Amino acid sequence: MKDKYSHLFLPVTVLVLLIIINLIKGVDYFSITIVNGAFYGNIPNILFGASELVILSIGMTLVTAASQGQDISIGVSATITSAIFVLFVLNAGEVTLLTIVAGFLISCAAGLVLGVFNGTLVSIFKVQPMVATLILLMGGRSIAFMIDGKLSPILANDISNQIGTVIPGVPIQTPIILTALFILIVVVVLKTTNLRLYVESVGINPSAARLNGINPKKIIFLTFLIMGVCTAVAGFIAVNKAGRHDSVNLLKFIMMDAILAVAIGGNSLGGGKFSITGSIIGAYTIEMLNRTLLRLEVEPEAILAFKAVFIMILMVVASPVTRFYSGKVLDKVRTMIGADETVETEFIDGNTSGKKVD
Amino acid sequence: MRLSRQSLSTETHPERRWIRVNSPSAGPKTKLSNSNLLFIIAAVIFVLMYLFAIISFPRSFLQFQTFFDLFNLNAPLIIMTLGLCVVMIVGGIDISIGSVCGLVTMACAVFLESDAGSIPGALLIALAIGIAFGLLQGFLIAYLEIQPFIITLSGLFLAKGLLTSLHKDPINVSMPAFVALRDAKIMIPWLGTQNRLGVFIPCEIKPGVIIVIVLVALIAAFMKWSRVGRNVYAVGGNEQSAMMLGINVKGTKFFAYIICGLTAGIAGFVYIMTTGAGNVGNAAGFEIKAIASAIIGGTLLNGGVGNPLGAPIGTLTLLIINELIRAAGIQSNFQAIISGLLLYLFIVLQSVIMSLRGSKFKLALPLRLLPSRRQSGEKK
Repeated sequence: MKDKYSHLFLPVTVLVLLIIINLIKGVDYFSITIVNGAFYGNIPNILFGASELVILSIGMTLVTAASQGQDISIGVSATITSAIFVLFVLNAGEVTLLTIVAGFLISCAAGLVLGVFNGTLVSIFKVQPMVATLILLMGGRSIAFMIDGKLSPILANDISNQIGTVIPGVPIQTPIILTALFILIVVVVLKTTNLRLYVESVGINPSAARLNGINPKKIIFLTFLIMGVCTAVAGFIAVNKAGRHDSVNLLKFIMMDAILAVAIGGNSLGGGKFSITGSIIGAYTIEMLNRTLLRLEVEPEAILAFKAVFIMILMVVASPVTRFYSGKVLDKVRTMIGADETVETEFIDGNTSGKKVD
Repeated sequence: MRLSRQSLSTETHPERRWIRVNSPSAGPKTKLSNSNLLFIIAAVIFVLMYLFAIISFPRSFLQFQTFFDLFNLNAPLIIMTLGLCVVMIVGGIDISIGSVCGLVTMACAVFLESDAGSIPGALLIALAIGIAFGLLQGFLIAYLEIQPFIITLSGLFLAKGLLTSLHKDPINVSMPAFVALRDAKIMIPWLGTQNRLGVFIPCEIKPGVIIVIVLVALIAAFMKWSRVGRNVYAVGGNEQSAMMLGINVKGTKFFAYIICGLTAGIAGFVYIMTTGAGNVGNAAGFEIKAIASAIIGGTLLNGGVGNPLGAPIGTLTLLIINELIRAAGIQSNFQAIISGLLLYLFIVLQSVIMSLRGSKFKLALPLRLLPSRRQSGEKK
């Protein structure tokens, strides 16, 4: 039982640490006010701000688990899909709920196309995921720039405004509801299908999975398709939140945050078993971290460096070598105390260079 | 290049048709090594691309100065690509180089503008920052066995964050000694073109180009003839086998990352020597360009295959394509998109070539096209 939830230890610790820091800074951290019939305050703001990040880190978790690497083009993909959405909505003439939904579906299709692009490279051509997605990172913003016609078009209509902020009569901001809905769908899919099992077995050992009748190529491809849909949803939310489409700055450094969320969530960045819950908590933790740093008056530019150091420390703590030695030390301590139980120290396979074991 | 299987199949010894590379008992080596094959392909593509450029825009591309300007303006990129090649051959990747280069330019600019500024000091700072990043990332990747991409991605953001917190606004170096160095040019009197008035203008190159040539020669020689250089190929080819052969795998990886950091530092110094200003946007996006150049230059992503001489070739190919797009007057957005497409094409090409050479089908050359035995004696 304890082992089952040990992966949540890290995100929860960081979360508690951040809450303590925030409470020291100001005691009224958890206060919630009601403005125009909706909740505002630090906690709703974090939930609101992290909505794209949560969605993207769910996709990132799946990609990481199956392909043993990360997708770094997510921000760019979201920019492209949202550019298509904005183009559709603005050209539709009258904006109704139907056009919004149709635009969203079209942007999802675009996300699938981008997923096919990345997935083909990773699964068929066996390129490391990060290098494969680098291609999109390289040209993607220019594509989005050309789609939206260089103008950073403004979405000035009631419906997208409501999607971005609050629907009258509902006390919770709409992005939070959409995120919750998305999480629900993912949970239902993972509970009712074999996706989790397949993804994990492919991530742990692709050749073993193949011998057991799972096609690793298909599964990796599928995770990239799911990632494409995730980017479409995230782009949809982001562009409605902002009210306009800025192809240069929309979700600019989010891949860093999403990878960090996956890592904080206790998932191995080398693939294998994964925990969606951990990633979601990790994503909220990162949003909280961002806001805490801003609250502590750290410069926005320095936040980038701070997070980089943070991710390095996390990686060192979670690295196989550190785990191996800490396991040894723990072992010694236990034998010194005189505990009888045999403690297994497993050396996690050092397959960290992003290559697949054949 | 032609794939002529017939010319070899008519040989009297059919068992000698496809000979393993690394088995000395099998007789003369008739198979081209992967590194050389990819390098030759890169060189051929470069020549074709340049010919195409000359045909499309003869007025500009026929001038020698155009060719030298590619070097003059992009020396930092070539230097970075060179270091990246070493890391890619060892089987890793480094995407922090662009940001490290930018950080170096800003640090040098701030230092040179301060009262204590001096050119040797700036050079020392450049090398120190480069080596520091190389040491940090190399240690984490080699000895703690963390994925290189994650570490260098955070290295990228670390350098970017440090760069912006160091100084936000553009800073122009006005130190006289440095301005002299920035404006220094080397004339080549026997090469040049006549302008419309009939005045002969000699070609000029920047000091950075000399650094590029020296570094390319050094690293190529080092990778080809030194023990550590060969270890780099061995580790990139197959880590397990290299370990069993008694090669210090971790040390070799560590070393490759230090070389890469060092070249990023030098590239930063060359960058500020070319532009003379520190700016937040300096060298932004160079890591992607460098990766694309290295891949186009025939360095395999999976490691173990590559020729450092391919780095300048690949960079020049990419630059010529960008110049062609610019000359054709197409939107600048297409540069990024077409660079991305090229990267895609070359990755797919590499993948196809490598799988063709894998087991079923061996790519062989007719005997007369084969390099002599000594030349192909390089491992891999």
